[in-house]
Amino acid sequence: MKFEIEYSTIENVAGPLVVVGKIRNAQYNEIVKIKLQNGEERLGQVLDTSDTQAVVQVFGPTDGINVNKTSVSFLGETFRVGVSEDMLGRVFDGQGRPRDSGASVAAQESRDINGAPINPVARASPSDFIETGISAIDGLNTLVRGQKLPIFSASGLPHNQLVTQITRQANVKNSTESFAVVFAGIGITYDDYSYFVSEFRKTGALKRTVAFINLADDPSIERIITPRLALTTAEYLAYEKGMHVLVILTDMTNYAEALRELSSAREEVPGRRGYPGYMYTDLASLYERAGLVKGKKGSITQLDVVTMPSDDVTHPIPDLTGYITEGQMFLSRELVNKGLYPAIQPQGSLSRLMNNGIGNGKTREDHRGVADQLYGMYAKALDAKNLSAIVGAEALSESDRRYLKFGDDFESRFLKQGFYERRTIEETLNLGWELLSEIPEGELTRVKKEFIEKYYKKKA
Amino acid sequence: MGNIERISGPLVVANGMTGTKMYDVVKVGDAKLIGEIIQLKKDRAVIQVYEDTTGLKPGEAVVSTGEPLSVELGPGVLGNIYDGIQRPLEILEAKSGAFIGKGLTADAVSRSKKWKFVAEKGVKNGANVKQGQIIGHVQETEFLKHYIMVPAGVDGKISGLKDGTFKVDDRIATVEKGGKKTEITMLQKRSVRRANPFTRKFRTEEPLITGQRVIDMLFPIAKGGTAAAPGPFGSGKTVIQHQLAKWSDADIIIYVGCGERGNEMTEVLEEFPHLKDPKTGRPLIERTTLIANTSNMPVAAREASIYTGITMAEYFRDMGYSVAILADSTSRWAEAMREISARLEEMPGEEGYPAYLPKRLAEYYERSGKVESLGGKVGSITIVGAVSPAGGDLSEPVSQGTLRVVKTFWSLDASLAYARHFPSINWLTSYSLYGPDLEPWYVKNYGEEFISNKDEVMKILQKESELKDIVQLVGAEALPDEERLVLEIGRMLREDFLRQSAFDEIDAYTSMKKQIFMISTILHFRKMAQEAIKVGVNVDKIGKLKVRESISRMKETKEDDVARADARIKSEIDSEFNALLKEYRQGEVE
Repeated sequence: MKFEIEYSTIENVAGPLVVVGKIRNAQYNEIVKIKLQNGEERLGQVLDTSDTQAVVQVFGPTDGINVNKTSVSFLGETFRVGVSEDMLGRVFDGQGRPRDSGASVAAQESRDINGAPINPVARASPSDFIETGISAIDGLNTLVRGQKLPIFSASGLPHNQLVTQITRQANVKNSTESFAVVFAGIGITYDDYSYFVSEFRKTGALKRTVAFINLADDPSIERIITPRLALTTAEYLAYEKGMHVLVILTDMTNYAEALRELSSAREEVPGRRGYPGYMYTDLASLYERAGLVKGKKGSITQLDVVTMPSDDVTHPIPDLTGYITEGQMFLSRELVNKGLYPAIQPQGSLSRLMNNGIGNGKTREDHRGVADQLYGMYAKALDAKNLSAIVGAEALSESDRRYLKFGDDFESRFLKQGFYERRTIEETLNLGWELLSEIPEGELTRVKKEFIEKYYKKKA
Repeated sequence: MGNIERISGPLVVANGMTGTKMYDVVKVGDAKLIGEIIQLKKDRAVIQVYEDTTGLKPGEAVVSTGEPLSVELGPGVLGNIYDGIQRPLEILEAKSGAFIGKGLTADAVSRSKKWKFVAEKGVKNGANVKQGQIIGHVQETEFLKHYIMVPAGVDGKISGLKDGTFKVDDRIATVEKGGKKTEITMLQKRSVRRANPFTRKFRTEEPLITGQRVIDMLFPIAKGGTAAAPGPFGSGKTVIQHQLAKWSDADIIIYVGCGERGNEMTEVLEEFPHLKDPKTGRPLIERTTLIANTSNMPVAAREASIYTGITMAEYFRDMGYSVAILADSTSRWAEAMREISARLEEMPGEEGYPAYLPKRLAEYYERSGKVESLGGKVGSITIVGAVSPAGGDLSEPVSQGTLRVVKTFWSLDASLAYARHFPSINWLTSYSLYGPDLEPWYVKNYGEEFISNKDEVMKILQKESELKDIVQLVGAEALPDEERLVLEIGRMLREDFLRQSAFDEIDAYTSMKKQIFMISTILHFRKMAQEAIKVGVNVDKIGKLKVRESISRMKETKEDDVARADARIKSEIDSEFNALLKEYRQGEVE
């Protein structure tokens, strides 16, 4: 048995940080057990170590910690989580302890929650089309297996519904392989949490779900580890058990705020809006854990919810996220106000991996052209709309009026969709052609001519 | 030698380091992590560690290698993929599996592979040689002679030089000076932090042809020049960098993925062996070296990756090749500097970046240029840097520091990207200062008309933008026909010429010949339309001509079909306008 030295040499407690003095040789990033006077135990992690003291961040509140009666022991290892297939169907708290009434899980393996970077050489290119059944995604910004695609949302927008709809409907064309959902609720309200649970239960997805929940009133520093627990579990299920894992991290804004809180407690030089300068690297250490590995059966696809403070896409959290992830789905307040669920705005949305997942043999040969053409026409429709707001619809040219009508149809028929409505990719593309067929053939220059001949619906 | 005193993220302070030098490479801790000394205070050294420091303890040993951070150069570097400190990722995978382990080392260049070395005819045994002189070569690929040069700091009398089949670390000659003998191998090491010497620098005079229409026609970059492409996320920085890596007519491509996405590097790795270099017809990977330090790999190695890349570029430049180095993204490099600087508790400059940021940026871009090497060859380095400004706002320090030194600015525009107009290089705000330098080359190769056409195009686009502002207020109907024609032609230029799909097999690369055909066709249409309007033909009729569609599909023309398409479309234009005029005159008579 390993001998643990207990130190009762806490020198400082400030916010989530504890400074332990008169110690030697604490490892960097090592886990620390803090035992309170009343016997309560909490975990922490070494953030800075020297030959005289260690700075420890506490995963939990620091109330009740005092400078002479609290003891600290260093465990000699990094934060690890025991993983197992039995975790499916279970709910854990933000530190990985069971939150439901079930017993603790017998771990098959213990893993460092920080993971290790995937060697770029070992990655396989994501190229399997995921049919979400939502036209605005499948048709315009296709999601592929192994992609990390955040949802840029804001308070009051339907990101929770969208996430549940995708979870319910997403499947890979021509595939019956085993899948799992790993859900990390980071600082979410109890309301949101119970919404997800009841929706997952309804569709039977709950049995295939591992949930880690840190609620809004749980300790904020715990939010640093919650997504890491989720991703470590996901890596185990994907790469050891061959499952296709959909990881949902919500809400990354709460994560970033916890990171800022920690940084300011450490008195670091703040970057933009007080967020630490290393936030890009830190976020990347989460997002980059999505992907496919050559020779392994499973995959990790990430859907991350980012609520943009005051709808501002240039805010550091969505900004840095967009620089790391493979595109984004942008929810629009304007579309919500028009009553258009799911309110995914094509302008501003992007899937960088779309090209790998579409085309002949994957979706349909005309997919790229249809998507480009719909984009081009919708841009023209928006221009025409701006113009009509100034000069009046009467003064518009014939073609501008046609664009205007196209825009309205596109929004109300293509972008709008029911919460339980599932469209196949063929349905989505055919719908696209139906809308494009209202435009004279000669103007459809972004589609190849052969596809126009094949799919364009000529007027009788 | 020394011992760890403190660990904070990628930074380690060690004591007992007397005798070590700034920028020496050290092995840190029991895991022997690779690090570099970046500050010395008495016997204390501050070390930035190129690997994850988790698990290190104060008290563990730190050993200096006594050498600065260097890269290994020799036959076998091309076609490889390395991390930021030149560890070959394929070998790391073989050692530690899909996830990168710690404390791994591996030779950057294979020691077991044999190469056929041919000694330089002009170099006789017994003659004096000096550093940088070419003493032989290896035919590394069908099109690439890999010259072997006398390493830096070596000169004297050469002996034992002969043809043969060698491994990179076999002796191929010996150089002797004052009784001191140096063995010469095909492998050499170069320190990365300092620019390598050359004989002299020239002005640039030839463009790097990229096959990207908006670049080649409007905002070219010279071979040996510099360009920056700043833009918000989603504006297509990476796609542009990939396009340049694939299609530009440089001899060698160094691609640095600095703090970017892992999947993007995978894409390059999967694509490049199958794509053919338009110049030689050989697989692109044969002329490419990749450096991948993705965003989740250690931050200090990200800082080093840029230097690793540029040092390799200099090596091939010294052989007389035109090298293009593409760095995506330089902002991540700057952020790595900021992170290290903050941990050193240096006084921050703007937005937390260190005060020396502009200097570092300038030093990097100054390593570009067309030079005569010490070995007497003329080669060039073209540097293209992507910049990722926070929130897309170019007033931030990295963008500003970069724009002060680069001569071509490709301004990537979010609103163009939203409308899926790619490449989203804004034609009104971008610039290239190489125009006057390159003009003689264009005139010589494509005639005076090339320059006048280009000026014409810029004028139309400017005018179109002014008119669009008016249209926003009063509608297009209110403009006179001449001005509505400008709007038409502007739209043609934007949609049928400037917009180019990177994902379409034919459209991805456009030769100069095809570019000239496309531009001259649109301008020919304009000339005919102007004449028709002068006579009194209504601009709406011109807008409805059938030939418009042929023009919009010019980009689908195959390269070997250009001459025929050129003749066909121009004659279509002529006949349709003649018909239009005829119809109009008849209408007048009646």
